[in-house]
Amino acid sequence: MSAAAAHAPHDHASPHGHAPSFWRHYVFSVDHKVIGVQYAITGLIFLFVGFCLMMVMRWQLAYPGQPVPLIGKLLASDWLGAAITDKQTGVLLPEGYNAFGAMHGTIMVFMAIVPLVVGGFGNFVVPLQIGAPDMAFPRLNMLSYWCYLPGGLLMSASFFLPGGAAQSGWTSYAPLAVISPGQTVWLFSMVLLITSSLLGSINFIVTIVQLRARGLTFMRLPFFVWAQFVTGFLLLLAFPPLEAAAVMQLMDRLAGTSFFMPEGLVISGKLAEWTGGGSPLLWQHLFWFLAHPEVYVLILPAMGIVAEVIANNTRKPLWGYRSMVYSAIFLGFMSFVVWAHHMFMTGMGTKLSAFFQTTTMIISIPSVIILTALVISLWGGSIRFNAPMLFATAFLPMFAIGGLTGLPLALTTSDIHLHDTYYVIGHFHYVVAPGTIFGIFAGIYYWYPKVTGRMMNETLGKIHFWPTFLCMNGIFLPMLFQGLVGLSRRTYDATVYEAGQLVQGMHVGISWAAWTLAVAQIPFIINFFISLRSGRKVAENPWEATTLEWAAPSPPPHGNFVTEPVVYRDPYDYSPPGRSIDFLPQNKPQEA
Amino acid sequence: MSVHSADEVKRHVRTYLMVFAALAILTVITVAISTVHLPSHRAIALALVVAVIKAALVALFFMHLASERRIIYATLALCAVFLAALLFGPILTEHEFIHWANTQPRGGAHVS
Amino acid sequence: MSADAIPYTVKPHPVTGVPNPKFGIWLFLASEVMLFGALFSSYVLLRVTADSWPHGYDAGRLNWKLAALNTIVLITSSVTMVMAWASLMLHDLRKGRIYLLLTFLLAGVFLVVKYFEYGAKFEHHIYPATDPFFAVYFTLTGLHGLHVVGGMIAIGYLMGPGARLWRTDPEHYANRVECTGLYWHFVDLVWIFLFPMLYLI
Repeated sequence: MSAAAAHAPHDHASPHGHAPSFWRHYVFSVDHKVIGVQYAITGLIFLFVGFCLMMVMRWQLAYPGQPVPLIGKLLASDWLGAAITDKQTGVLLPEGYNAFGAMHGTIMVFMAIVPLVVGGFGNFVVPLQIGAPDMAFPRLNMLSYWCYLPGGLLMSASFFLPGGAAQSGWTSYAPLAVISPGQTVWLFSMVLLITSSLLGSINFIVTIVQLRARGLTFMRLPFFVWAQFVTGFLLLLAFPPLEAAAVMQLMDRLAGTSFFMPEGLVISGKLAEWTGGGSPLLWQHLFWFLAHPEVYVLILPAMGIVAEVIANNTRKPLWGYRSMVYSAIFLGFMSFVVWAHHMFMTGMGTKLSAFFQTTTMIISIPSVIILTALVISLWGGSIRFNAPMLFATAFLPMFAIGGLTGLPLALTTSDIHLHDTYYVIGHFHYVVAPGTIFGIFAGIYYWYPKVTGRMMNETLGKIHFWPTFLCMNGIFLPMLFQGLVGLSRRTYDATVYEAGQLVQGMHVGISWAAWTLAVAQIPFIINFFISLRSGRKVAENPWEATTLEWAAPSPPPHGNFVTEPVVYRDPYDYSPPGRSIDFLPQNKPQEA
Repeated sequence: MSVHSADEVKRHVRTYLMVFAALAILTVITVAISTVHLPSHRAIALALVVAVIKAALVALFFMHLASERRIIYATLALCAVFLAALLFGPILTEHEFIHWANTQPRGGAHVS
Repeated sequence: MSADAIPYTVKPHPVTGVPNPKFGIWLFLASEVMLFGALFSSYVLLRVTADSWPHGYDAGRLNWKLAALNTIVLITSSVTMVMAWASLMLHDLRKGRIYLLLTFLLAGVFLVVKYFEYGAKFEHHIYPATDPFFAVYFTLTGLHGLHVVGGMIAIGYLMGPGARLWRTDPEHYANRVECTGLYWHFVDLVWIFLFPMLYLI
């Protein structure tokens, strides 16, 4: 089979027999661990940027018409492609609000979360957890990152290019997106970002199928790997229609075609210059065909992380592992046939909306199974409430709220009232923010020792967790009520509406919770950097975990394992019955 | 990739040439049918049938799908299901707006 | 470098029966099916919901004769591509490279014909913006043409500097030719649908 990848730490095989240059080692590396760290660091930076955009928006939402403090005048400067704030007053402009809103969504979804959970955690952990020396296509892996980074930089650069950043929501609906500034750069960036994901997904699927260590059957895979496997298929098959749509929208903008431009469109009193004959709904279909599976891309890896952390910190196997695996597969499959539930208000008729309502209700079942299995996994456990476990456990009720609030949106009748309101924002943020992001935090605290060889500080971790948990709820719970009252999303100034006036007070509370959330991240950032130098040094397996990544050195060398691991058992053999030991690693042979 | 013996390869080559001939003939057939200018539905259906046959020949023989592994079949089957959703989903939602006889030129305002 | 440390890069996996690159290229082709499928789906939607839509063979529309020629060109290039691989199976690198060159040249012919086709349109002031019919035509054939260019780059590399791999690892090289061939046949496949769906109905 494969040659034993026996490399001493820092001895990197190269054709010339000496250590590779700084560029080969840290910048254009083909090692999945370096690439994983690159994705994670870049993703965290974009997460911070996306968060900052929202914090500015929250000022306008809480205090409409008030100048943005400190940076108000700065954001009106000529060094931006288009002014975000008013030059005289420093008040956030409606165009600026829209640009920040569109970019907040785009950056968070495509440049922060997916690169973090798939590019970062996936790349670093999956080959280790399956006992492989690297991904199946190391150079393709590097290429994926180097499509992502330019795409992200181009997207960020859009703020400084003429016209400014995109202003038409992360959903870029035609015809507005076709006629609005900033959209061309958005589309080109998306092409780069989509290409990155496509190439990456091929790598994940081939790696997981082909490179598992001896004895590692599919049903012995850690749930995290299963999650990444399904995610790979979602990225592979759902992204291309958006790429096609992006090409068509670019054609509409640059070549004057009418793929999405309807006939007789009047803009500001004048007939639009397109010949017409296109369909704005076509854009919606193609966009949501991707964007629905995309939200499962956002959540599945996080569920995987949570599963790993829970199994490890309850010192018992996951309950319902098989059900979780089948649910993840079913979820992935179903995610392709629910997309039009984002389009219930487009006039598709009751037969079709009934179809999509049904598939959407059905898709909640595997989610519930996974969540229930994770909750039951806590029962009877010997729970260690360390930092990763705090985030992993908190994920459960948060995802539950996120999922449950989706049901009134899945039902067409209630969706009539809730579509495009703050209720939707509350719903999906519950899933991604105290959902996925909590999974990300859990993963960072959990795998930090594997990446760096040092532990993060536990106390700082707890100080990070509690305010974060409280603030997340302070931000998104009121939004559900704002939506129920009828406040529309993407509203620059809620007070012009009667419903908005009722809930304007909530906007203030939400904004202060958001700014407090920002402050609550400071212990985490400090912890992250300080622990690099002075965190407690550890060996391979500080968490006493069973999965294969903990059999490799911390950090693992090029090639990962000193000798190729062989797997003898299921992934979560904690507290084996009738034995006095606490856990059996997957690669430990059976004792007589 | 399995090792092929010289004889196996020579048999494959014969197959490739026969498929080439078939593809050329089918191309001629497609063009010939179109010159008859059948009514839209029949034209489209027939054109699709011939295209599918040609595509199957390329896939089965040039791409060696006839003797490929299950994992490849499984990948393609999955893809086919989602492709069907992508092809039929949008038009089903717009079915009220479909003019089933639309390709008969009506000499109206929209023919450019 | 990494290639020898990664198992099944050249030899097939004992259970799945395929080496990594072959599995990878089929996955890539699946994504390409979704890409062109989305464009076809858009074409279908736009056409069936339009008040009227011209036939491809109507006067002033498309040149089906040139396209029929291009169809034969592409089919022939598919044959030469698979013959290249067959030659490598018979351990004849010279023949293999000649067939690769033929494939490359035929692809070039396809693009030249396309150049004349597009050129004639532009001369008559027909552009993608003219109407949805032409928008679909230019976008679909344009994206397909880009894929032809991509294929030419890969084939060009394999018949040129890439052929060095034959000396050290002939099986690896033959696999690369096979995988590139799979991509190339797919490009042919797309055209097999494009030709009738745009030009003949």
